[in-house]
Amino acid sequence: MSEIESRGYVHPEVLVSTDWVAKHLQDPGVRIIESNEDPLLYSTGHIPGAVEVDWTRDLNDQLRRDYLGREGFEALMRRIGARRDTTVIFYGDRNNWWATYALWVFQLFGHDKAKIMDGGRIKWTQEGRTLTRDVPSYPPSDYKAPERDDTRVRAFRGQVLEHQQSKGKLIDVRSPAEYTGERLHMPEYPNEGALRGGHIPGAANVPWARAVNPDDGTFKSAADLRAIYEGEAKLASKDDVIVYCRIGERSSHTWFVLTNLLGFDKVRNYDGSWTEWGNLVGVPIER
Amino acid sequence: MPEVPQKLTELLELIDMVPDRAERIQTLIDIADRFEEVPPRIARRPFPADHLVPACESQAYVWSEERPDGTLDFHFAVENPQGISAKSLAVILDESLSGAPLEQVAAVPQDVVYRVFGNELSMGKSMGLMGMVSMIAATARQRLAGRQPQPSG
Repeated sequence: MSEIESRGYVHPEVLVSTDWVAKHLQDPGVRIIESNEDPLLYSTGHIPGAVEVDWTRDLNDQLRRDYLGREGFEALMRRIGARRDTTVIFYGDRNNWWATYALWVFQLFGHDKAKIMDGGRIKWTQEGRTLTRDVPSYPPSDYKAPERDDTRVRAFRGQVLEHQQSKGKLIDVRSPAEYTGERLHMPEYPNEGALRGGHIPGAANVPWARAVNPDDGTFKSAADLRAIYEGEAKLASKDDVIVYCRIGERSSHTWFVLTNLLGFDKVRNYDGSWTEWGNLVGVPIER
Repeated sequence: MPEVPQKLTELLELIDMVPDRAERIQTLIDIADRFEEVPPRIARRPFPADHLVPACESQAYVWSEERPDGTLDFHFAVENPQGISAKSLAVILDESLSGAPLEQVAAVPQDVVYRVFGNELSMGKSMGLMGMVSMIAATARQRLAGRQPQPSG
């Protein structure tokens, strides 16, 4: 049993170790993808053979507030030389925050052969493993994607309102100061992108990074995660859960934990999140 | 409206001259390599929370130190070892705003961040970097306010 398997996750296969990645650098069936919060980081050095997928430039529609469509996703996958059967391994900075976001977007197109390198960039560098500034180039693929499916892992505002009014489970993964609305009123604080502060009534506050060991960025064991999400936040694996943050990026991390590590049946990420809810006219807010 | 500090204008013009994204990133990384952490005579760990830049995910801290002429030197710490953008911006702000007239520092707009990094920043990243600019401008404003005659009575 591997160390990751010993942690008791429901789907341990969604994580790979840094060792595993080091052994698959030349594997033609694997494409390693770095996705970061810091836009300069990939260029300072990355895992040999890793391509960069930038959330802002590569995964978003450049006009509307939405993710890229089928054609855009096909173009991205063709550019990085990934086929429909390629196993994509995401990693990045900030406890794999943006890596899980990218993985979540890939789920909208049904690319299920997607995993996270446990510990992300920080663990790879802590272990003194090789980084390179060489940007790889792969022969373009003929990737064909299905239409984007927003029904499985994504929630929209109307669905969230319905969910809230029927007392469905909601997790707000922002900081306590954002959850209470206190931060919106702090002097000298940059604009939060919302007119109102607070949270969706009924949402429990579980900051996303609690799922991670701060020293090396690895995910906590299933027992520790259950204590947080099932013990403290009173969730059950059969619950219909919606998670949100400010724009859906931090909550994709919690979506990953609940869905893949704890095996929850139905978790959706509300990517409109507080920048939408905190600007909507007439929706309920709690402080 | 106070002018933008001359050194900041020059630095921005220098960055503007690098339109290619990859080259601009390399320029900013090179700038980050010049980052020097706040000297121990100013602050030691654990750094006090009132110097922490709000909204900055890279845990950036800012201090100011008065020069004999009344202008300020700015010092920084960035606790996230992967916070390259925060370090790069810290160097830019230090090299362009330290010693500049306080009226000009107080009026530096937050959106200078987009001029440096481009418009493709994520919301959280731009907020954190703008927080650094905002904290420096606020420090200058507070210093200026302290020099105003206090109302009596």
